[in-house]
Amino acid sequence: MTALLIALGAAVGAPLRYLTDRTVQARHASPFPWGTLTVNVVGSLVLGALVAAPVGPAVGALLATGFCGALTTYSTFGHETLRLARDGSRLLALVNALTSVAAGLGAATLGFAVTRALVG
Amino acid sequence: MAGPTPRRVDPDVDLRVPEDRGELRAHPAVVLGVIAAGGVLGALARAGVQAAFPHPPTGFPWATFGVNVSGCLLIGALMAVVTAGRVPPLTRPFLGVGVLGGYTTFSTYVVDVRQAALAGAAGTALAYLVATLLGALAAVWVGDAAAARLLGRATGSHAHPTTPGPAGPDGARADGGPA
Repeated sequence: MTALLIALGAAVGAPLRYLTDRTVQARHASPFPWGTLTVNVVGSLVLGALVAAPVGPAVGALLATGFCGALTTYSTFGHETLRLARDGSRLLALVNALTSVAAGLGAATLGFAVTRALVG
Repeated sequence: MAGPTPRRVDPDVDLRVPEDRGELRAHPAVVLGVIAAGGVLGALARAGVQAAFPHPPTGFPWATFGVNVSGCLLIGALMAVVTAGRVPPLTRPFLGVGVLGGYTTFSTYVVDVRQAALAGAAGTALAYLVATLLGALAAVWVGDAAAARLLGRATGSHAHPTTPGPAGPDGARADGGPA
């Protein structure tokens, strides 16, 4: 049952990452990986909110492990950061790494705080 | 700004690469379907590793660390192979976007860093944050270099197979872009 819920969440999260990445790139013709940053920050926000909410193991499997896990990605982030550095954009690589980590932590904290305030 | 044959920065989708631009319009259901299927496999593999190696709130999240670093090793190797050309068109969407994207996770990484810090294990949080970041970057580099070396040996050349390569139009329709 848990595996089924994880699979269901991932089946939505992974294509949503691809579609979001495409949409963001189509609007920002920039070497900076805005698309991946977007999915990673949004996924961190949602996971932060889920950690603060009283959700059961089923919702956790579906949304936290499945959806948020598949929506966000470390492999894409890692590849982009290394590629930027090796293509001569070391500053962009550094900015990408620091921005992603800081924005992800900030988003998770925000999601947690807002949910706590709402749930009480 | 970017050269005439832009090199893929984003392994999921890079709209500066002609094949990536056209793939969704050509076969939307197939592309999204293989990404979803790959994502399911990757997420289940990650969940399995995380269940096998649980960690206390103040402990080092070895499972997620291992997942993210090994996923980065594999994406480096995969992109070297894809860039060298001659792979089926759905290889990148299935393995790169789906399986490896679903396997690795950024959200769990930041939430685990935060929880370790709040649980009073600031040192563990910082070590995990930095070790994952540096480990991931090193892993992409090693994966890329190892695959490039193997490819070079397979084709009997000492050149760099990862350096651009025209990302060969496989089959007849390649990007099928209706402009």
